[in-house]
Amino acid sequence: MKKKNLKAWLYLLPAILFLGAFLVYPLIDVFIYSFEEEYNFASQTYSGVGLYNYSYVLHDTYFLQAVKNTFILVIITVPISTGLALLISVGLSSIKPLRELYQTIYFLPYVTNTLAVGLVFMILFQKTEYTDGLVNLILHWFGVGPVDFIDGPYWAKMFVLCFYTVWVVLPFKILILTSALASVNQDYYKAARVDGTSKFRIFVRITLPMISPMIFYLVITGFIGAFKAYSDVVALFGTDLNTAGMNTIVGYVYDMLYGDSGGYPSYASAAAILLFAIVLTITCINLLVSRKKVHY
Amino acid sequence: MKIVLKNLTKTFPSRSKKLRQDVVAVNDFNFEIPDGELVGLLGPSGCGKSTTLNLICGLERPTGGQIFFGEEDVTGLAPEHRGVGMVFQNYALYPHLTVRQNILFPLQNLKGKDRLTKEEMTRRTEKAAKLVQLEGLMERRPSELSGGQQQRVAIARALVKMPRVLLLDEPLSNLDARLRLQTREEIRKIQRSTGITTVFVTHDQEEAMSISDRIVVMKEGVVQQIGRPQEVYDDPVNLFVAKFLGTPPINVFHGRIKGERVYIGEDAVLLARGVPDQEVYVGIRPEGFLWQEEGPLHCEMGRVEVMGRDISIVSSHKEAAGAQIRSIISAEIRVDPAQETVRFGVKPNKAYLFKKETKERIRI
Repeated sequence: MKKKNLKAWLYLLPAILFLGAFLVYPLIDVFIYSFEEEYNFASQTYSGVGLYNYSYVLHDTYFLQAVKNTFILVIITVPISTGLALLISVGLSSIKPLRELYQTIYFLPYVTNTLAVGLVFMILFQKTEYTDGLVNLILHWFGVGPVDFIDGPYWAKMFVLCFYTVWVVLPFKILILTSALASVNQDYYKAARVDGTSKFRIFVRITLPMISPMIFYLVITGFIGAFKAYSDVVALFGTDLNTAGMNTIVGYVYDMLYGDSGGYPSYASAAAILLFAIVLTITCINLLVSRKKVHY
Repeated sequence: MKIVLKNLTKTFPSRSKKLRQDVVAVNDFNFEIPDGELVGLLGPSGCGKSTTLNLICGLERPTGGQIFFGEEDVTGLAPEHRGVGMVFQNYALYPHLTVRQNILFPLQNLKGKDRLTKEEMTRRTEKAAKLVQLEGLMERRPSELSGGQQQRVAIARALVKMPRVLLLDEPLSNLDARLRLQTREEIRKIQRSTGITTVFVTHDQEEAMSISDRIVVMKEGVVQQIGRPQEVYDDPVNLFVAKFLGTPPINVFHGRIKGERVYIGEDAVLLARGVPDQEVYVGIRPEGFLWQEEGPLHCEMGRVEVMGRDISIVSSHKEAAGAQIRSIISAEIRVDPAQETVRFGVKPNKAYLFKKETKERIRI
């Protein structure tokens, strides 16, 4: 038994070393930074230990704006993208001809670079001196005036960001859900058919429970992913996010470290720890709910 | 409810592109299943027995022919309108529902005037559960049940809507040997007590013979023989049926008929009155051998297997189609395994002759 344990630890050693050096140690370090007041990179000194960093961050309007933006993004995009992905996957699995073609088309955005997609979105939505952009052109047909989606009102910018996020995360969710649907044993459907179950009831009482583990997996990873949004926002609105009022929590952390007003690792650490706490709480709530709702 | 199958045919388009020919799963199946009988569809895998079941169920549409339940033509009806209960090979119990919810499920599907009151649904569910002795397990999930219990839930779910016909697809194949014996008795008992016309599919001849009122032996989509189990066993129409039924299987020899006598090698083992001279297959059931000092059939001794009630002599013969000949004789006879040659007589009613080309039975 002892020998077996030793062997197991030996096998685990490479993973433990790497994870420890690059994951656990930085995490602890960030935690420590967040309590060290007025930490200086160059001299590696600090003036004291306390909660000042947290207090500063929590009173920073930019941070509060970032938290607000992030929460709006999460609350809007996670349900919409999961619901849409479910609809599309169910559609995809009920058609026969050209199914593979459609699957490929829906999966294409996944292998496309975020920044490139962002650029395309910008072109679609942006209003410049020369053109109102494609989206505004379409809006014009319906008699709606041109809206500046990139530099205009807050709701318009938020709309573009949510639209973009849903569009980017959709392919992965569709992929997961179509394979989940395909793995449901056909005999359940045959049995349901023999018993005269209506299509709607089959979906609600059989299909949904059967793929519920995958749906909850997508919701949890969706929450985490949306909380960590940053590159998407940069792709759409550029790097000066605070001025645009579109910063996210991760963006705030980045700005505190390297941005034009950067050089404050202590504040950045405090913000990062706050984000960590938020994501941890939400994930725990998710798991608690899923334990009640997901069977087996 | 009697079931009538009339010229029932089902072809599937071939999967390989080279072979343009369609695959005929069921070929011109004609059979009338009397009301209240338990019928076993029997055959090796790929013989079309499951397809036949699916056709009766309505999950597959026939390419040709008709299906009647009683006088009603149900060929074009969807499964839910046929009034059939089906038990799938893997039971297809919904894993997220309890036993009670699983059994209740078909009743909750009923709409309009068929809709039952809550009390009636509960009563029917309890009744079906009681029939298969599941009373204490109603709140469990399928994963918390043994294979046999899951099987019973599946049967209860099929019976709860009081079907006109009960269909079982390989009902015992997922159970271990001991449970299989017990469950097949239970299926028989349930079928008897409900009186529902039941069709089940199996590849296990022993299973089919032991509980069926009638068996249908199929091969490559074609019905070989239909009859009561003992009749089919005692009077097979061709070599395939003879080989398929019986454990240990029938012993097959290359033989020939000369001057109204049946020869296996040099040994004249049987008389065959009125049969012209020809090459034949001779099939002898293991219990068709007689232990005789001066018996006509000479075999080389292999080994003796003691089974208590009787003994099994494994021997060989150069004209045998298989590698060994297995004969079963009474355990009261003392057989010396050291002897080189064993000699047998042959019981005429346990030996069958088959034509060499068609493998059809030659009746004596």
